[in-house]
Amino acid sequence: MAETHSLQDLQQPAVSSKVFIQRDYSSGTICKFQTKFPSDLESRLDKQQFEETIQTLNNLYAEAEKLGGKSYLEGCLACLTAYTIFLCMETHYEKVLKKIARYIKDQNEKIYAPRGLLLTDPVERGLRVVEITIFEDRSIGSGR
Amino acid sequence: MSAVMITRKVRKWEKLPGKNTFCCDGRVMMARQKGVFYLTLFLIIGTCSLFFAFECPYLSLHLSPAIPVFAAVLFLFVMAMLLRTSFSDPGVLPRALPEEATFIEMEIEAANGNVPAGQRPPPRIRNVQINNQIVKLKYCYTCKIFRPPRASHCSICDNCVDRFDHHCPWVGNCVGKRNYRYFYLFTLSLSLLTIYIFTFDIVHVVMRSVDKGFLNTLKETPGTVLEVLVCFFTLWSVVGLTGFHTYLISLNQTTNEDIKGSWSGKNRIQNPYSHNNIIKNCCEVLCGPAYPSVLDRRGLMQEDPLVSATCAAPASSSSNPVPQTTKTTAPLIPNEHTPDEAKPGIAASAEKTPSPKEEQPPDTKIPPLATPETDAETSIAKDKTH
Repeated sequence: MAETHSLQDLQQPAVSSKVFIQRDYSSGTICKFQTKFPSDLESRLDKQQFEETIQTLNNLYAEAEKLGGKSYLEGCLACLTAYTIFLCMETHYEKVLKKIARYIKDQNEKIYAPRGLLLTDPVERGLRVVEITIFEDRSIGSGR
Repeated sequence: MSAVMITRKVRKWEKLPGKNTFCCDGRVMMARQKGVFYLTLFLIIGTCSLFFAFECPYLSLHLSPAIPVFAAVLFLFVMAMLLRTSFSDPGVLPRALPEEATFIEMEIEAANGNVPAGQRPPPRIRNVQINNQIVKLKYCYTCKIFRPPRASHCSICDNCVDRFDHHCPWVGNCVGKRNYRYFYLFTLSLSLLTIYIFTFDIVHVVMRSVDKGFLNTLKETPGTVLEVLVCFFTLWSVVGLTGFHTYLISLNQTTNEDIKGSWSGKNRIQNPYSHNNIIKNCCEVLCGPAYPSVLDRRGLMQEDPLVSATCAAPASSSSNPVPQTTKTTAPLIPNEHTPDEAKPGIAASAEKTPSPKEEQPPDTKIPPLATPETDAETSIAKDKTH
């Protein structure tokens, strides 16, 4: 058993802790996350980069939930077809969610993974939190 | 121990906590009690069948063939809306995973500071400012989250639902953010259908009575009597309900908020979600974006060591990161302590209703979670009800 555990440790860095960025309800019930920089990330990440990521996510969610001509048109058209159109067509929100998933993957590859962090897509947490997993810093800890 | 590997893929809906029933491999989601929903279906389909059988042949000949056509279109729309309301996810908020629950607990403890022994800790409330009004977010002890504004916990389905309106037994589901517009369109179209059938029943009886007399008409079309009865009683309830929901939509309120009187009264705050414009409120509720489900019912479960103990392969072969609260030693040899699901050879174990996997053995890291009994606010509320 001990053998398999050390093998596992070599394959995967251990999770040191997790930070949860909460929702910001100041603008109502729209999906928006707080841009306050958590203290646990201070050693790993620039405040500006973090804020940029969260702000872009907020903008994407705002685009998904925007009440405008396009969403009204989609809603009325869908109603006329008794919403059967959603069985074959993707909703605007779903399209933006895919865009968000691509953005998060991109951010993880470019910025977060090199710093031993992992952004979890909020949709996997019910759009409640942005979970940032902090992995143990292997480069420093190898001597332990 | 048998070497049979059970590699049946488990979808996430099978492990979801809460008291919902799922059909069609997770595509359909309903409440547990469906009796009243079957009654609704029976009444609608039954009444419409009688209408098509008894009234339509006569009316299409003597008045217009458009009458049954329009009735059919309306009937199909009603059924589509009913099934859409009943079968879709109302906007269930998934429960917090252990790490998130711990994080929130620690935040609460930090905010409360030191509570002297013997005293109850203060109620778990977060204040947020929305549109210059202070809204209180309550903590849900079941889901271990601070509920977003307008969300509420449904005790029948045992889920927190976003923009919770009410639990409707007639549709066999909660009505929440995702299916409210379908529910409203269902009540609206059902009102129209009921009025339509009622009107044409009367027209039909009058027209036929002119020819053959009232009693003969009733003998020839006994279905009419039943239809008129059903429609008469349905009219009052459904039309009233449609009117009530139209009023709620114009004010951008939910039934839950209306019942609790959240935005009414002098000392209460005004509704911060209303645009103060009836048309804008209606547009937002009825024509707003269609929110996707965050439950991911049909996603495949990632194997964790407890579940994969049903396979003969050792747990360490799974390449997924092991959540910290899961046991790190997977029991390969079943003994009296092995949970039933882990015993190999019980092929049907994965198909049984699972006991909630989230209730994992208490980990020493999680601080003792407060319960409603230790919370000041809920105990005061309990005292009030006595």
